[in-house]
Amino acid sequence: MVAFGMPERLTRADVDRIAALARLELSDAEKDLFVHQLSHVLEYAEQIQQIDTSGVPPTSQVLSHMPADRDDERRPGLTNAEALANAPDPSPQTGLFRVPRVL
Amino acid sequence: MSRERLPFHTAREVRDAVLARQISAVEVCEATLARIAAQNTALNAFLSVAAERAIERARAIDRDKHTGPLAGVPIAVKDNIMTRGITTTAASKMLRTFVPPYDATVVARLEASGAVVIGKTNCDEFAMGSTTENSAFGPSRNPWNPDYISGGSSGGSAVAVAAGLSPIALGSDTGGSIRQPASLCGIVGLKPTYGRVSRYGLIAFASSLDQVGPMARTAYDAATALSVLAGPDPLDATASQQPCADYAGALSGDIRGVRLGVPRRMLEQGVEPAVHGCFDGALEILRARGAELVDIDLPHAPFAISTYYVIATAEASSNLARYDGVRYGFRAEGGRNVREMYEKTRSQGFGPEVKRRIMLGTYVLSAGYYDAYYLKAQQVRTLVRRDYDRAFETVDAVVMPTSPTAAFRIGEKVEDPLSLYLTDVFTVSANLAGLPALSIPCGLTPDSLPIGLQLTGKPFDEATLLRIGDSYERDTNWWKACPS
Repeated sequence: MVAFGMPERLTRADVDRIAALARLELSDAEKDLFVHQLSHVLEYAEQIQQIDTSGVPPTSQVLSHMPADRDDERRPGLTNAEALANAPDPSPQTGLFRVPRVL
Repeated sequence: MSRERLPFHTAREVRDAVLARQISAVEVCEATLARIAAQNTALNAFLSVAAERAIERARAIDRDKHTGPLAGVPIAVKDNIMTRGITTTAASKMLRTFVPPYDATVVARLEASGAVVIGKTNCDEFAMGSTTENSAFGPSRNPWNPDYISGGSSGGSAVAVAAGLSPIALGSDTGGSIRQPASLCGIVGLKPTYGRVSRYGLIAFASSLDQVGPMARTAYDAATALSVLAGPDPLDATASQQPCADYAGALSGDIRGVRLGVPRRMLEQGVEPAVHGCFDGALEILRARGAELVDIDLPHAPFAISTYYVIATAEASSNLARYDGVRYGFRAEGGRNVREMYEKTRSQGFGPEVKRRIMLGTYVLSAGYYDAYYLKAQQVRTLVRRDYDRAFETVDAVVMPTSPTAAFRIGEKVEDPLSLYLTDVFTVSANLAGLPALSIPCGLTPDSLPIGLQLTGKPFDEATLLRIGDSYERDTNWWKACPS
């Protein structure tokens, strides 16, 4: 547990920076909560620092051998109409997804 | 086969009765739909029910005299698994209206085996959680006591099976999401070896950890379902070519000489007394059936939760980047440019736990922290795997409780995410190491809440776990227990 008066692992500025990277717009209340909750989790997660991992290779996936690639053959995929069917702002005339202006 | 007891028949009994023409697949389907209609308001197990598609499918089973291994058996599917034409939400506002244009491979295989998809089950949003309290559509309720959590994230699937709304359900398991709700609802849940079952059409949470698996009333039904689900898939490069066993055929009942590893040190603290009691009782039964108990040590197991929450959130932050309001799903109003639209969409579309995990994952992958958290966790993941490799030199399976506690009250832990993460202590290491793990019912607390026993096995050795589970069922009645 984080004792009262102890500095948190994360600051408000850290939370702002991470939220911007993650494309999340957080309310002030959410930011305050996350400063506290994420600090708490990170403090717990820091226990892995005590393990000596020198020379230990990282595991990014557990399969001992990846299956052979399949042949690169053309197969049926989604039609344009199917691909647009779930879009919030489809443009069926052009067959494109519409978004607000980029710049 | 009695029609009154129909809801609590096993899949095997339902299929046998359908094949013997004692009951039609349509009658089974209608009875199941009626029971869901009567009970779902109270339990919130299903987010949607595919009544028409199910009846149509059941009719075809009857008409074609389908003899598949799951002919006429109703199946509930977790709502993070794609079902063509049936809304698939991952229990998120982000996908509230999303209708998949294709079926997940597991769904296609189940239907080819004669199973009837009856609906989509509630879960924690994007499978992130262990209570279903993170669902955008409210928590599922434990049929043993509706004030208590179902467990999660595959809570709706567990409730569906436990309450007699479906003999088999599909779940997904990234850190215990099949096994823990199975344990808390008193049913069987199997997380297969990573790569045993195709993930095509499973909404990705943490791609190096996610597996789809069956939830059922018996080890036999789980074995039958696994035989249908398992095997290579040209649509998933991580689905293994390793040959599948005859899982149901492996259930000989004989476990004489099977060596079971008990990691005593892990059980020393934090385990509820009732769980301890049931666990010790289960070990005695397994010993009486001829298994040999061996004390083992998994020295890095205490670090598995930290490792898991770094790796799983890192992968989640990357996987969930796709929800941007452009191609599918929710889009927020009022974004003046595309970046604002992304930010508003993601802020309004995701719930608090998903945001928390995206934030954590983004942090551990960010410049300056990557080596200290993410790379370090990947190295510890190697050590967790090696612990199991070493254990499996001397034992055939590892036994632990599935969860350190029985179900707790809805709302009890929502304010403290870390306290919830810590309840994953016995389940996450199987995902980190990619191993198969089975939870089977092994008792009730004094308050009549179910407790589960977990068996973890060697890679691709689901058959041994199911054989042990089935053997245990032969000397116990816990699997028959139903909530009143």
